[in-house]
Amino acid sequence: MQKLLLLGDEAIAQGGIDAGMSGIYAYPGTPSTEITEYVMHSKEAKSLNITAAWGANEKTAMETALGMSYAGKRAMVCMKHVGLNVAADAFVNSAITGANGGLIVVAADDPSMHSSQNEQDSRFFGKFALMPILEPGNQQEAYDMVHYGFELSEKFRIPVLMRITTRLAHSRSGVERREIRKQNDLKLPENLKQFILLPANARRQYKHLLSNQSAFIDSSEKSPFNYLIDNPDKKLGIIACGLAYNYLIENFEDHHVPHPVLRIGQYPVPEQMINNLYESCDTILVLEDGAPLIEELLRGLLNKGKTIKGRLDGTVPRDGELNPNIVAVAMGMTDTRGRDIPSLVTSRPPSLCKGCPHIYSYNALNEALSEFYKGRVFSDIGCYTLGALEPFDAINSCVDMGASITMAKGAADAGLLPSVAVIGDSTFTHSGMTGLLDAVNANSSITVMILDNGTTGMTGGQDSAAVGKIENICEALGVHKDHIRILNPLQKYHEENLAIMKEEIAYQGVSVIIPRRECIQTLTRRMREEKKKQATEKAEA
Amino acid sequence: MKKDIILAGVGGQGILSIAATIGTAALNAGLHLKQAEVHGMSQRGGDVQSNLRISDRDIASDLIPFGKADMIISVEPMESLRYLPMLSPEGWLITNTKPYINIRNYPEMDKLLAEIESQPRHISLDADEIARELGSPKSANMVILGAASPFLDIEYKELQEAIRNIFRKKGDDVIQVNLDALQAGRDVAEKQIKLSLK
Ligand code: SF4
Repeated sequence: MQKLLLLGDEAIAQGGIDAGMSGIYAYPGTPSTEITEYVMHSKEAKSLNITAAWGANEKTAMETALGMSYAGKRAMVCMKHVGLNVAADAFVNSAITGANGGLIVVAADDPSMHSSQNEQDSRFFGKFALMPILEPGNQQEAYDMVHYGFELSEKFRIPVLMRITTRLAHSRSGVERREIRKQNDLKLPENLKQFILLPANARRQYKHLLSNQSAFIDSSEKSPFNYLIDNPDKKLGIIACGLAYNYLIENFEDHHVPHPVLRIGQYPVPEQMINNLYESCDTILVLEDGAPLIEELLRGLLNKGKTIKGRLDGTVPRDGELNPNIVAVAMGMTDTRGRDIPSLVTSRPPSLCKGCPHIYSYNALNEALSEFYKGRVFSDIGCYTLGALEPFDAINSCVDMGASITMAKGAADAGLLPSVAVIGDSTFTHSGMTGLLDAVNANSSITVMILDNGTTGMTGGQDSAAVGKIENICEALGVHKDHIRILNPLQKYHEENLAIMKEEIAYQGVSVIIPRRECIQTLTRRMREEKKKQATEKAEA
Repeated sequence: MKKDIILAGVGGQGILSIAATIGTAALNAGLHLKQAEVHGMSQRGGDVQSNLRISDRDIASDLIPFGKADMIISVEPMESLRYLPMLSPEGWLITNTKPYINIRNYPEMDKLLAEIESQPRHISLDADEIARELGSPKSANMVILGAASPFLDIEYKELQEAIRNIFRKKGDDVIQVNLDALQAGRDVAEKQIKLSLK
């Protein structure tokens, strides 16, 4: 078959389509978004009747995928690394229920925090849940591992975690496809109690999961994605996980490393392979694009064995993504870094788009709060987090999806009055609603601004689950109708808007302000598509 | 053959259109390719770059090593300098001189241009102006690509073919305008190369 030029994300999506996946569920989050989008836009996926849907959040997406697996079909769920925190309850327990139809959980990590609030390494989550993990090292492997992962999942009746990083997710390369595999038929689990985690059952299932660990390790030992490239210079042995292998061989002519290299793409760690390398080499260097998982295991608490180099001893920086130069320096080679950046080059942080509705909302909020001292606006995850930067300097927190409302409540409980929360529409339905209920039940004195741009803006304008529902949700959660105020975030309504904001900020109780105007990006895209449609209709007529 | 290219600009300037054109031409020429893109937060008016690697052999890393890039192709002058640590000592800097000013402390233009002039191997041109003269302000990126074309080791006609492919749906006029832009950029570059050799 002809090679396709695909992003790592797209390779995973195509892998799913070709491997007989019946459904893919996700909540958008950089760098994972393009996996699900690819399936949504794929004509092939449509003709194969593959369900592709955004969930309200990662937890609902994870549970939906688990439900599809229960019914015997192959399912995938995709999220960014911090999304796995949101889905964690379902994720960890899914290892105990096990899978029926193949289930792959894709977590896209973001070392160096290109677009995230932390750089947690999802492999630790997989290890914690006692689940097999796959870590592709290139786009072709990402594609192949989906086929392999579904088989692994069905063989051991266990969900499989696939861990990728930004660099793979958003880098393109040629990918060779395989034949399309037929989707599974609907087939309930043989044991209809498999998914009932009542203590008596859960204990049994958990023992089963534990007893399977040696089989998982055995599978890792034999995995096509774990292999030793043996070389004569045994002064150093190198363990290279996922992408780290590419950065390593990049530094050598013909990609030939003089030392033995153990390449890892499947976990739990293959103990025997690692032991063999350890025994045959004087020193071990561990290269992991993330946190030091294998390195910690190798060193142990007391680090009394051979010298283990990596992120913990400073051979490799403790944080941030790897690159060929970091690996070169770790290997004792010279850094080829070129000329310095001239001092006149200044930083150019991202900013809100020209015409973005949030610009007005922040300016107005700043004005409405000008009579109080600063430091009382709790915000959330989205384009509007840029309100933290100049020229707005309008917000004081951004922690996790939904935390704006609950943190404002906590601060109000502590006596910080007024306390304001700023959250986007999609983030609100992701994880803000429950916090609002808490605030209503406590009759907290907070004002919640739900910036409604009708979309999930930051990740490129995916449908927001909140569209057309926000004020109903707020009212149903118990916010008084009179204190749910919708405004048009445009300068020409400023006087009216400002008065509303001041009123609601002064109100002793939960109030909600909804500035509503469409994201400029989705608006322009819609107009463009409409124009195109009209043009083709005209041409056809 | 191996070309490692840093594409630079500001989010929204469409550097990926340049990457797509080179990529299409490279694939048609039977070359290997890897291209690391930037998605997400940094897209919004912030600095963006893309690592484009083409080679007649397997490519290992998605990222170009520091100090190994054969060229920086930038659609914005200040952004061209941000990636100097990536450029090899023999590498070329090809940049638009038209600034994109969305920050308060943008450097003074004459100092910025002097810094670019001080780079050993560079091509600089006002691609926006050239595109406007051609009656097609939108094809400034193709002017820049044209200016980079003498260094790409891809036959010029492959680039032209790639443009025809990419813009096929948009009609012959759009194709022609972009071909003209490509040629105009190439002409400027060839003149500047000659001068620098004198
Ligand atoms: S993408 Fe939409 S919401 Fe985000 S900054 Fe741009 S206009 Fe605003």
